[in-house]
Amino acid sequence: MSSNMIIGQYVPGNSVIHHLDPRTKITIIFFFVLIVFFANSVMSYGLLTVFSLGSALSTRIPVKYLVKGLTPVWFLILFTFILHLFVTKEGTVLFSILTLDVYSGGLIQGLSLSLRFFLLILVTSLLTLTTTPIAITDAIEDMLGPLKKFRFPVHELALMMSISLRFIPTLMQETEKISKAQASRGVDFKTGPIKDRVKAIVPLLVPLFVSAFKRAEELAMAMEARGYQGGEGRSKLRKLQISRLDIYSFIVFGLVIFGLFLTRS
Amino acid sequence: MDITFQDVSYIYQPNSPFEFRALEDISFHIPSGSFVAVIGHTGSGKSTLIQHLNGLVRPTNGEVIVGSHSMKAGEKTKDLKDLREKVGVVFQYPEHQLFEENVEKDIGFGPLNFGVKEEEIKRRTREAIQAVQLPEELLDRSPFDLSGGQMRRVAIAGVLAMSPDVLVLDEPTAGLDPRGQREIMEMFHRLHKEKRLTTVLVTHSMEDALRYADHVIILNHGKKFMEGQPKEVFVNEKELREVQLDVPEVIQFLNKLEQRLGKKVPYHGQTITQLAKELAAVVKGREAHE
Ligand SMILES: Nc1ncnc2c1ncn2[C@@H]1O[C@H](COP(=O)(O)OP(=O)(O)OP(=O)(O)O)[C@@H](O)[C@H]1O
Ligand SMILES: [Mg+2]
Repeated sequence: MSSNMIIGQYVPGNSVIHHLDPRTKITIIFFFVLIVFFANSVMSYGLLTVFSLGSALSTRIPVKYLVKGLTPVWFLILFTFILHLFVTKEGTVLFSILTLDVYSGGLIQGLSLSLRFFLLILVTSLLTLTTTPIAITDAIEDMLGPLKKFRFPVHELALMMSISLRFIPTLMQETEKISKAQASRGVDFKTGPIKDRVKAIVPLLVPLFVSAFKRAEELAMAMEARGYQGGEGRSKLRKLQISRLDIYSFIVFGLVIFGLFLTRS
Repeated sequence: MDITFQDVSYIYQPNSPFEFRALEDISFHIPSGSFVAVIGHTGSGKSTLIQHLNGLVRPTNGEVIVGSHSMKAGEKTKDLKDLREKVGVVFQYPEHQLFEENVEKDIGFGPLNFGVKEEEIKRRTREAIQAVQLPEELLDRSPFDLSGGQMRRVAIAGVLAMSPDVLVLDEPTAGLDPRGQREIMEMFHRLHKEKRLTTVLVTHSMEDALRYADHVIILNHGKKFMEGQPKEVFVNEKELREVQLDVPEVIQFLNKLEQRLGKKVPYHGQTITQLAKELAAVVKGREAHE
């Protein structure tokens, strides 16, 4: 079950972006997502593109891997482009394919929307590519902290998130193992009529559920045995700390925002 | 069935930062009817290797031939189902594969998938449950109500009921009590001889390898480190220790003896009784000298 999908996949590394505080990354990405919609000139798009590509390159994650990992997204981007190309009817007619006229407005719309889409996906996937799921959870817990005042179960939510994240790879491994064991007993997951393939899921799902429940029970017991009581008064093993790198990043990003509003038309 | 590996390499998640070369240029030949032990430290690629035997993974490079089936890098394997019927695999912790509502159905699940007739499945189920030494009363119980050891035996019975020609065992006794371990290994050995199976056993137990296998393959970091008859392979204590492996106690004993007494008693697969006699002769010889 080797998948090439990179969204949600963490790639260990030693780049500046890897070392940033997860809160910094989340904040910058949040505002990036907002400002992308303000770009409206070639220059402003160029600026955002340079910023995104520069960030992506600086992580030293192989470009080939990034390009391949975004495969499903490429199709969406292409689809967006083509849709706008033919549907928008503004500006002058540039040329026509069969009976469909392509307008200059459509070309511009198509290009800018698919570029926006690409930048959004690229930058947001940089978060998960360079940050461990645990660090992201810690950051979210910290950033949602103020909500505790309103009795919002921030700690519990973060705990649930980190446990689920922790067990995703385990569950994947388990799925792979059990499907191999059942395939050895003659189950065919890949060919044959749909009806048989649906039936083939039972011997996979039952053992998976059994082991997931067993695991949950064991984990709960282990946590209780070690005196887990919840968030109140609990200290942290991993402390989030803003460093000089974070400050520099905010400055760079601030300059990008400034540049964006200068280059907007 | 004969088993041949020709320059087999296997890479997990190729072309990604997680690319991992689990097997590298492995070649060997196992004649039909052999009992082969595959040994190696944790992560040396043993499980990866045996998954090639019934086409669960296809080599990234090279070719695997099992009987009349060939699996080549980049080519689709034909008759995969037929191959899987002939090659029964008992995985590490096979009890995780149980799912049916009762033991009988679970044991019969494999044969049913391979289109075996109902009466024949019934017959094989009884035969298999006897082979793993469980009472027939268990057949109506839910597999999830059994003890861990019983579950293991049911899972093994489920593979035996496929009546395979090649039996592949991935640490089948890990985590069982000593007596259970012995019983299960004896059972596999008996079946191996009675049914003229070709058996491939992955194990961390040098004693089992020495006792049951007639051929040993040692893996180290995905490469074949050594291969041969157990008595040839296991005398290389120093080399084996370098790849984090032990040697069987008999050989440790003989090597210590050589250090202490300066007398070499070569190991050639003798039984304890034979060995005792030889040792007696050596010690007497020494006393006669003094
Ligand atoms: N699905 C997978 N994806 C990536 N790497 C894997 C995968 N399965 C195994 N590996 C890696 O391949 C190597 C060999 O694994 P394998 O399971 O064959 O080892 P093994 O010799 O059976 O070990 P053990 O004695 O612990 O069972 C290991 O280093 C493992 O981390
Ligand atoms: Mg293994």
